[in-house]
Amino acid sequence: MQPILPTTRPSPVTRILAAANAVILGKSTQTRLALCCLLAKGHLLIEDLPGVGKTTLAHTLARVLGFQFARIQFTSDMLPADILGVSIFDRESGNFRFLPGPVFSQVLLADEINRATPKTQSALLEAMEEGQVTTEGETRPLPEPFFVIATQNPSTQIGTFPLPESQLDRFLLRIELGYPDHDAERALLESGGRREQLPTLSTCLGPGEFAALQQRVSTVYSSPALLDYLQALVEATRQDARLVHGLSPRAALSLLAVARAWAFSDGRQMVLPEDLQAVLPAVACHRLRLLSGSHAGAEDIAALIRSLPLP
Amino acid sequence: MSSQPSHALEHGTVPWLLAGALATAAPHAGHLPLWLSLLVASAMLWRVWLWQRRRPLPPRWSLALLVIAGVAGVAWQFHSLFGKDTGVALLVLFMALKPLETHHRRDALVMVMLGYFLLLTHYFYSQSIPTGLWLLVAMTLLTGALIRLHGGAQPITAIARQASLLLLQALPFLLILYLLFPRVTGPLWGLPEDAHAGLSGLSEQMSPGSISNLIQSGAIAFRSRFAGETPEKADLYWRGPVFDSYDGITWRAATPAAGLPKPEPVIEASGTSYAYTSILEAHNQRWLLALDVVTSLPPESSLAPTFEALARERLRIRSRVSFISAVDYRANRIEAPGILQQALTLPEKINPRARALASEWQSLPPEKIAATALAMFRKEDFHYTLRPPLLGVDAVDEFLFGTRRGFCEHYASAFVFLMRAAGVPARVVVGYQGGELNPVDGYLVVRQSDAHAWAEIWLAGKGWVRIDPTAAVAPSRIEQGILAALPEGEPLPSIIRLDRDWLRQLRNRWEAANNSWNQWVLGYNPQRQRELLSRIGLRDPDWQSMTASLAILCGLALLIVTLWTLPRRRRVDPVQRAWQRYCAQLARRGVCRAAWEGPLAFAQRVARERPELAALTSEAADCYAQLRYGRSGDEPLRRLQQCMRRLPPTRRKEL
Repeated sequence: MQPILPTTRPSPVTRILAAANAVILGKSTQTRLALCCLLAKGHLLIEDLPGVGKTTLAHTLARVLGFQFARIQFTSDMLPADILGVSIFDRESGNFRFLPGPVFSQVLLADEINRATPKTQSALLEAMEEGQVTTEGETRPLPEPFFVIATQNPSTQIGTFPLPESQLDRFLLRIELGYPDHDAERALLESGGRREQLPTLSTCLGPGEFAALQQRVSTVYSSPALLDYLQALVEATRQDARLVHGLSPRAALSLLAVARAWAFSDGRQMVLPEDLQAVLPAVACHRLRLLSGSHAGAEDIAALIRSLPLP
Repeated sequence: MSSQPSHALEHGTVPWLLAGALATAAPHAGHLPLWLSLLVASAMLWRVWLWQRRRPLPPRWSLALLVIAGVAGVAWQFHSLFGKDTGVALLVLFMALKPLETHHRRDALVMVMLGYFLLLTHYFYSQSIPTGLWLLVAMTLLTGALIRLHGGAQPITAIARQASLLLLQALPFLLILYLLFPRVTGPLWGLPEDAHAGLSGLSEQMSPGSISNLIQSGAIAFRSRFAGETPEKADLYWRGPVFDSYDGITWRAATPAAGLPKPEPVIEASGTSYAYTSILEAHNQRWLLALDVVTSLPPESSLAPTFEALARERLRIRSRVSFISAVDYRANRIEAPGILQQALTLPEKINPRARALASEWQSLPPEKIAATALAMFRKEDFHYTLRPPLLGVDAVDEFLFGTRRGFCEHYASAFVFLMRAAGVPARVVVGYQGGELNPVDGYLVVRQSDAHAWAEIWLAGKGWVRIDPTAAVAPSRIEQGILAALPEGEPLPSIIRLDRDWLRQLRNRWEAANNSWNQWVLGYNPQRQRELLSRIGLRDPDWQSMTASLAILCGLALLIVTLWTLPRRRRVDPVQRAWQRYCAQLARRGVCRAAWEGPLAFAQRVARERPELAALTSEAADCYAQLRYGRSGDEPLRRLQQCMRRLPPTRRKEL
């Protein structure tokens, strides 16, 4: 029998998390969720107030994983070409030359995505979905792996274009950072801003190692009993009278993928109900809408979990 | 224990508990002192407010003060702390105050159990159908509270459905216990008040107004069902008390002379005999209101010298009696001289004009005298009314020659006076006349509004002959009933005045339902039980064989229910069973696994709450996780089972 909890030398995941948590203080759950999102080959949406460390989290992950990082600050006057790239006429060669936009990078931080117009948003979201960019009749593949970490201000803030439902669904996870706790904030104040530490971060993974991790995540075992529970959870969202609609089959697949990554990050080779419960808020909140019009909150999901006995 | 979340009471359980408590306590408001009802209501409202605002419950000392004050109030009100009413008042008080200290599940359980007990106490006060239905609702609410308590948050409809299903499953056991549990003769606890509630009925005397007052009640006096055909309406004279002593205002039964043997009535019946069974409402008198005149009596009853059927005891409970009667009869053709003498006695001096009129008739034969008197009532300007003018000392004179407006008691009284004054032995008979057939169950319903008074004269060779002077004045009273005989606007009870067909039909159905309830639920006594048992082959069973058959039938019912539910019960595999048993063991040690809690999360919580159990639980949870969610053989199952055996023994205080 293999032990459930890791006892031998730290796994790559543990090392990545340790490195990231050294920079982002007091947010271990969110870092772990963000890493799980990448391990499950999904895009991440971070929603919170400005200044709580959204950008730092994205940047840190890119650095720790050794990925090429690019950042776009979305504004309301931004055009799709600003993201995808543009062809310009090269006078020397007499040809058009494509200048790739920031989207041609491994980790793209799309800052304040809901400040851009829907047209620009959808240009990015198409790239996320297809893994390639088509401009002026020519299709260009994006680098492998390609992650988008988008940040979003709460839609109650002025000057925002809230992402429509269909586009929210492209994000595997949505997390909120929240204020740091007392101790973390004190440590932050004592050591100064976090951005300065970023260049000093070293990469934890060798080339190709992340792809291998992703491969191992996809083999984490999910037993029939676990799938029973997953289906029960999904069906509960569909039957819940307070919700406009339930989780889609795609969301169910996403839930399983993230739960696998979560179990893997715990050093396990099997998914437990706890894994589903831990990742369900991040998977489900942005996909479910209450009858009152707002998105489901973590406490709604917690109530749903509590109302459903394990099979 | 309060630190353990699993023992704390869930917020959502409280409304169920309060609804159950309210439904259970509310009907008692009718007979509790007002201050107590108000106290109960305000305690419940207080709890609702606390629940809504999620405020903490009041401190222990304030509750203690409330309890002491409440108990003192009850003791002061009832002058005792014992007895039925006091006990009920105390239980209701506790039921209202307990919600204010429901911190834990245990408190809620106590409340529900108290509620179930309190349900029973309602039957001290009422055993009617509405009470039964209401208590069914209250019981469903209490069961719902229990389900909410154990099953967690669910939609109301789901809880209601499950509660109803549970109660429905109890139905076979209810029937078996109800039908077979050894019955004792007479009630165990004293009767509910409505068993002889509204003890209205004929009284032991008759004066002007006594019957017209009784008539204003639409209450049922008795119901009768004839085995064969029903007699003509004009023959339906139900005999109550016979009055042969008059003091000028009031008619009473004469006290029989002491020492003389009671003369046996001699009845020669001819023509059709009618067999029937009456269900008499309690009226706290001995007479059984049989159809005139009885030829065969039920056991434990006797026929008085004046032909009324009498029970051995006063009727304090609803009773079922069977008679055979004949409407063509000759009764006491030879009458005891003492009775004849009494039937001629009149008070001195009063009513001189009536006496003078009667003395003119003295030369006529007795039949002629009666016919003359009746002809006078028929021809002269006499009126039948519920609202006659008041009469003075010479009541008969004033009525006969002055007011000429009266109800049956006036006519019977005046007629008998005239007969006696003319030398014909006569007496007043009081009872009921008529009745209305309820087509729903075929029972003839006789109400207080059918109360009637008539006269009897004794004729040599013919015995006692019934003469109804009211029939001379208002023939429709006898042929069609009181409603047809009285003019519009007389104050009759509305229940008999229903002019719409559907209303009348509704009343008939309701009364028929009540009748069946009375007979089969309330009237299920040892005798009926014996009848039923002999029908299923148990003749004269003693309590041992009854208990044995009870046990066998309950066992059978249990078996059927089990077989019925078995296929739907999911087969629990050994892994699940071992884990559930381990968790149950931990629950006994104070840590409950929530139904939604996964094994590792539970182990982590145990490590926080009960560090001494952490290692073992962590191992058990590991094993379970491997078995259920991983890919492993059976080896962890043995270890999981060993973990349970290695648990330290429970300490008493943790229970």
